[in-house]
Amino acid sequence: MHALEKILSRAAKLKEVKAGDYVLAQVDLAEVNDLYLQVITSFRELGGKKVHDPKKIAFVLDHYAPAPTIKAAANQKQMRDFCWEQGILHLFDVGKGVCHQIMPEAGLVYPGMVLVATDSHTTTHGAFGCFGTGVGATDLAFILLTGKIWFRVPAVMNIKIHGEAPQGVMAKDIILSIIGELGQDGAVYQAVEFTGEAVEKMSLAERMVLCNMTTEMGAKTSYIQPDEKVFSYLSSRAKEHTVYETDPWYVYSAAHTFEVDHLEPVVALPHSVDWIAPIADVGEISIHQSFIGTCTGGRFEDLEIAAQILKGHRVHPKVRLLIIPASDKVYLQAIESGLISQLMRSGATISTPGCGPCLGAHQGVLAEGEVGVTASSRNFPGRMGSAQSSLYLASPATCAASAIEGRLADPREYL
Amino acid sequence: MIISGKAFVFGDTIDTDQIYPGRYLELTAIEEMALHAMEGADPAFSSQVQEGDLIVAGKNFGCGSSREHAVLALLGCRVGAVLASSFGRIFYRNAINLGLPLLTWEQEVPIEQGSLLRLDLEKGTLTIEGGVERPLGEEHRFMKEIAEHRGMINLYKERGSLSLDLFKG
Repeated sequence: MHALEKILSRAAKLKEVKAGDYVLAQVDLAEVNDLYLQVITSFRELGGKKVHDPKKIAFVLDHYAPAPTIKAAANQKQMRDFCWEQGILHLFDVGKGVCHQIMPEAGLVYPGMVLVATDSHTTTHGAFGCFGTGVGATDLAFILLTGKIWFRVPAVMNIKIHGEAPQGVMAKDIILSIIGELGQDGAVYQAVEFTGEAVEKMSLAERMVLCNMTTEMGAKTSYIQPDEKVFSYLSSRAKEHTVYETDPWYVYSAAHTFEVDHLEPVVALPHSVDWIAPIADVGEISIHQSFIGTCTGGRFEDLEIAAQILKGHRVHPKVRLLIIPASDKVYLQAIESGLISQLMRSGATISTPGCGPCLGAHQGVLAEGEVGVTASSRNFPGRMGSAQSSLYLASPATCAASAIEGRLADPREYL
Repeated sequence: MIISGKAFVFGDTIDTDQIYPGRYLELTAIEEMALHAMEGADPAFSSQVQEGDLIVAGKNFGCGSSREHAVLALLGCRVGAVLASSFGRIFYRNAINLGLPLLTWEQEVPIEQGSLLRLDLEKGTLTIEGGVERPLGEEHRFMKEIAEHRGMINLYKERGSLSLDLFKG
């Protein structure tokens, strides 16, 4: 079995599971965000009075944080009331940050667990050897009531990443290049495992970017075999856990190999995550906004490289540079290390930790005819505002360089 | 169970932001959500669609976000079913949970905008403009079950448990 199958067989109390099997799995942590008042409505509709286990539930108010409208505020209010009524202590209120950053920080994510959240980017937690997957409101309501969810066991594809990326080429460039090759539906209904020496050398933050973006290939979940970096991160945080390993005879549904030694910074062109071009080839593309943040590109390492690139430079007068740290901890670390004051002196605007404008609701949406470059994960038509705006996906380094030049720009010039 | 109506035809990769744009995610009433169904792909959709009409699309329909609003908005417009060559996985789960039939349609023959379609979920066949009955995949049995119950919540209430039998039929 693959390690992911071992996790599911443990959670389903079965000796063995294989791709295509349907299983009823016990969920170790279920997380609800503030877009999903429907979870509570469906829970009541199911006849729910008390949740199955309040310790295994978290609520994170991150998508509309702080509330931009009275309606969003009312939804959040009902969620807080629900948590207090049900004894759910893992309530991460406005300003704590994006769920996929704060759950690991809080020690709620560990190898071998099943984590289900009302957010498609729950694949992020594969970086910790966790089976993480996103679902909608009704599935989550079932978990609140029964503690369980049905899954079809996914086939697993292997992506091996060789070599070492040159300076200025980030994990985001690597995963965008991979999606460019395999396509935005390249992993639909499947799990994606990353292996290879490039992955071994990566920090946890970089691995989280790889796993996070597998959602954009349609993946159900992702996986990186936990190693010392994971164990040392968890040593002061997470509870005891079992680390599963894939049997040497396990047969993957597909295997792909990528070399990153000569990779260049890339962008995904509007409006598709798999339409990839090297930054050097895109020509003169003026931008109005550059955004560094979210569960894909708002970690300390991302702010650090942005500050390094912006050092001694100013944001272009025709560009807004928005920076949203992924969590309050990231924000504090960036303040204490001087990054925030330096970024602000360069002309950046810093906003409350959370999802920011990624979902096109608030904190910096784009007007008709505007062009944005973003360190986030999606450039669907209208994703960050007007359906007549255009969005390029790039690494935080490319976003920073582009903010200086007022057009898509190569970060290597600044490193 | 028969679903019949006009075809609304879309291309590949109709993501959840096109089905239900992010700026409306705070809405919680299905009637309000329905007003914005498919707005990112066809702003006139919600005013033109009628009960039982079907969406026909290419690959990866519903890719993207976990937002259940996308399915609720289509149900709010009384969309009868969606035919596509593949579906985003969370959208697929959400449709099962809420009782919107999704059927895999490899576009064996072209379906034009406005074509009259007749979907027989009992037999698992599709008829285009009164032509021959074309067989669909096996999923129709299961989709009929969830559509008749209008989703997993009612099925759960009827059976008193979350049973995997549904998938084994």
